[in-house]
Amino acid sequence: MPKDIDAKESGIGAASKRREDIRFLSGTGNYTDDINLNGQAYVHFLRSDVAHGRITSIETAAAAAMPGVLRVFTGADFEGVGSIPCGWQVTDRFGEVMQEPAHPVLAQGKVRHVGDPIAAVVAETAEAARDAAEAIELDIEELPAVVDMKAALAEGAPKVHDDLTSNLCYDWGFVEENKAAVDAAFDAAAHVTSLELVNNRLVANPMEPRVAVGDFNRATGDSTLYTTSQNPHVIRLLMGAFVLGIPEHKLRVVAPDVGGGFGSKIFHYAEEAFCTFAAKALNRAVKWTSSRSEAFMSDAHGRDHVTKIELALDADNNFTALRTDTLANMGAYLSTFAPSVPTWLHGTLMAGNYKTPLIYVNVKAVFTNTVPVDAYRGAGRPEATFQLERVIDKAALELGVDPIALRRQNFITEFPYATPVAVEYDTGDYVATMDKLEEIADIAGFAARRAESERAGKLRGLGVNCYIEACGIAPSNLVGQLGARAGLYESATVRVNATGGIVVMTGSHSHGQGHETSFPQVIASMIGIDEDMVEIEHGDTNNAPMGMGTYGSRSLAVGGSAMVRATEKIIAKAKKIAAHLMEAADADIELKDGQFSVAGTDKSVAWGDVTLAAYVPHNYPLEEIEPGLEETAFYDPANFTYPSGAYACEVEVDPETGKVSIERFAAADDFGNIVNPMIVDGQVHGGIGQGIGQALLEGCVYDENGQLLSASFMDYAMPRADDVPFYAVDHSCQTPCTHNPLGVKGCGEAGAIGSPPAVVNAVVNALRSAGKDVTHIDMPLSPARVWAAMQG
Amino acid sequence: MYEFEFTRPASVAEAVAALSTEDAQALGGGQTLIPTLKQRLAMPTTLVSLSGVAEMQGIRLEGDGPLVIGGAVTHAQVASGAGAYPALAALAGQIGDPAVRNRGTIGGSLANNDPAACYPAAALGSGATIVTNIRELAADDYFQGMFTTALEEGEIVVAVKFPIPDAANYQKFVQPASRFAMVGVFVARFADGVRVAVTGASEEGVFRWAEAEAALTANFTPDAISTLTVDADGMIGDIHGTKAYRAHLVNVMTRRAVSASA
Ligand SMILES: Cc1cc2nc3c(=O)[nH]c(=O)nc-3n(C[C@H](O)[C@H](O)[C@H](O)COP(=O)(O)OP(=O)(O)OC[C@H]3O[C@@H](n4cnc5c(N)ncnc54)[C@H](O)[C@@H]3O)c2cc1C
Repeated sequence: MPKDIDAKESGIGAASKRREDIRFLSGTGNYTDDINLNGQAYVHFLRSDVAHGRITSIETAAAAAMPGVLRVFTGADFEGVGSIPCGWQVTDRFGEVMQEPAHPVLAQGKVRHVGDPIAAVVAETAEAARDAAEAIELDIEELPAVVDMKAALAEGAPKVHDDLTSNLCYDWGFVEENKAAVDAAFDAAAHVTSLELVNNRLVANPMEPRVAVGDFNRATGDSTLYTTSQNPHVIRLLMGAFVLGIPEHKLRVVAPDVGGGFGSKIFHYAEEAFCTFAAKALNRAVKWTSSRSEAFMSDAHGRDHVTKIELALDADNNFTALRTDTLANMGAYLSTFAPSVPTWLHGTLMAGNYKTPLIYVNVKAVFTNTVPVDAYRGAGRPEATFQLERVIDKAALELGVDPIALRRQNFITEFPYATPVAVEYDTGDYVATMDKLEEIADIAGFAARRAESERAGKLRGLGVNCYIEACGIAPSNLVGQLGARAGLYESATVRVNATGGIVVMTGSHSHGQGHETSFPQVIASMIGIDEDMVEIEHGDTNNAPMGMGTYGSRSLAVGGSAMVRATEKIIAKAKKIAAHLMEAADADIELKDGQFSVAGTDKSVAWGDVTLAAYVPHNYPLEEIEPGLEETAFYDPANFTYPSGAYACEVEVDPETGKVSIERFAAADDFGNIVNPMIVDGQVHGGIGQGIGQALLEGCVYDENGQLLSASFMDYAMPRADDVPFYAVDHSCQTPCTHNPLGVKGCGEAGAIGSPPAVVNAVVNALRSAGKDVTHIDMPLSPARVWAAMQG
Repeated sequence: MYEFEFTRPASVAEAVAALSTEDAQALGGGQTLIPTLKQRLAMPTTLVSLSGVAEMQGIRLEGDGPLVIGGAVTHAQVASGAGAYPALAALAGQIGDPAVRNRGTIGGSLANNDPAACYPAAALGSGATIVTNIRELAADDYFQGMFTTALEEGEIVVAVKFPIPDAANYQKFVQPASRFAMVGVFVARFADGVRVAVTGASEEGVFRWAEAEAALTANFTPDAISTLTVDADGMIGDIHGTKAYRAHLVNVMTRRAVSASA
């Protein structure tokens, strides 16, 4: 265990045990599928089994006549209904806005990926709905599918959307004005390293599949949607305003306990709109529970970039310029945040931890007949980190220099640092995290461990890399300029009860991160009361103020900051009340350990006395302040936060089979201030697990006809406990964020961002130790691929 | 799943009778069949559970061999109860996960004859005898290609008789996602020769690698087969590995099985 664990007993910095785990681990959580409403009906979606086709006829009479069937819906029922909206509009290098196709709730005339919903049967039971779905007579004229991105952009390629000019969503250049200077720097370079690579398509596969329950109250005309969401307010806005035309005050969205999301539960999905719509149409609650098979073909996928990256260096091995060319798969429709991922969450991170002065990033986003692709843990930043850290390792190889030394030489060392890709890093200390990494990874002992592996007939490799990410998403005015159709502030209402207990209603929403534990630690520290006196409520738009939810490692940095601001208001008001009670001046009141005292005297009143006075205002300055103690704050961050770190991975490769085993993994992260070190460790562990999954195991594969080959856990390899080692995780290097009140940076995605290049660097290093001329292997590094690479 | 009737007979005779109704199907541990039903890929009218059939239980050693394993015996029972044949017990202990091993049965596995399953390699590699309700079948005659066996409609695997070799070992190289065998090799050395059975690799299902058997019968060392290869042509090629890779693994896993059993 890192040494900071258990250093404090409570409040900020304490490794408080996750209180939510009691219900999660004892089967007493309340997940969306646990919600069963009176008179609930069930929907089964008939989904396309072809990647691209025209619906020539759809006959539902037989299905509608089946026992228990309430109604069969098709695209025709949704003609007057809005399109599933996209939340981000990217402007291309020529100043044109992206091509934005319609995304119907149920297919209108055409199907565009395997899994695209065509019809929906609502019945008394889930089995009856499924039986009836089989009785729908459907004729689809199959059309040639586009799966490969290059092929999709070729002249004359079949179009995913007939009404668009091509399959190109946008051609984005960043920073376009730098392009000529970047090209010139390449011409002048002493050395250029280039690398073509694939960032493999992933399926998030949270443990809890998606569920939606729509409900309608005929008496009030109110709609309610219970859904597996990371951001219920966002769903309320997108679905209410853009799809179904229900104003916020007539629509409640509830996301109760959420069993993991990793990004895939940010987005507004057709099934949510369907259940809300059908509940009203039928005046019955309507429930959908995704099967794992449906999840594979309907949850947004992640990553799926094909990139060429080039790094220019001068004669002293200083990085002088970076140039990248990326094809980014959008899938068949634009999912909620899809356009932002390969652009603003990717291009802006290409400087990494290095002072490369000139950078140009080109991204072509492409429509294909595949499931939509959107943010997945790290979202854009893993793609940026992977290519950058791989090309640096390759450059070190070509130049015959130590990869750690090459990185150190090019580190940014002065902060704040304005990158050539439009962002300003407020703080960081990349030398410190690299020093820490070398220590905890015992880099010095690697040679001995390699010799030992060699004696056992194994090839041992070491891979090191750095990462930087932009978290605490995001300043609203900035993202507005970049095309976001939403603000990215966060909110909190702090409600103090008469006897001193506190309920915080926050717009951020935990889907496993432990907010119910860490958020109270902050308030407890601010007031000096026990953590147990604070409770978090989230996930219900009827309680919490409008918030943007949880993703982009933003909850503590942005949501926590809103909570701090609201608590500051509470404290200011409570001091006024205390001053009144003690007949002192407001300015003389101090709050410490839950006691208000008058400076320089022994007079004091307890937190509970003040909160009681607020609600039983017998002796109270009613002419000056209102009774009650409840405050709301909205917090809009001034900048992103920039967590960073250095990771090291050691692998053993079986030279006969190509099987890679991860022997050691070390992570030195700088997350700024830490509220709960144990939760941070857990977030890093999980992130690295997913990164190892991406690097070694996970790959979502379509065949050339758009059939999903990795459509179940039989073929899609998730990391299991024995695929990952014990991690050495350290977050003692702390350069606090300068612009949020907690000085925190966010830790949710770091592990998934920082780990894949370390793994690949390590495997390449291992193979080279056996004299193999291998410079890159595409992920996942399955035994078969590693073996093939060794055959040359 | 579609609706079906369920019965749990107590004897082979009752089970055979129950299976004679149209579209009735035997249910072993359900580890293959239940997922198939859930995906609505099968539509039996009646499921005839074999878990209560008395004659299909238990593991018993007849003298110095064979080891007789009831058709309804689970993988977990073999893993812990087939001490007389350690290589077989070890193989059973590597099938799936604990839940699969606690439900899945040897009869179900052999009846299903998944090309990536483990037991077919043990049965073929040991020269086992498959005992059904009507006959005894030599393993060499029983396996007839992917998901195909000599079993007739309604025929039940009642027991499997394993001769016990002087030395044996199973090496399983797992497919990364399913952790079934991508290539699994069972090597068994008997007084009169060596048998080598390969699962996971071939488009024809489990097979005996005759050249390796001959070489190993002459010289039971890994070196004896270091230059032998199987033809990549008949091998499975898929997203987890090419035909050439599987052909290569057959050699590697065979050598490792020989080392481990020698
Ligand atoms: C997650 C998972 C991982 C697995 N991993 C492996 C692995 O690594 N290696 C491996 O070998 N297998 C693996 N399996 C398969 C497992 O071993 C199954 O138990 C086995 O294939 C089928 O046995 P069963 O008793 O469950 O049969 P069932 O699923 O009940 O039946 C399978 C078929 O056999 C028929 N049948 C069943 N019993 C008999 C009988 N006695 N006589 C005649 N017909 C019968 C049924 O009618 C059906 O057609 C895995 C399964 C799962 C779910």
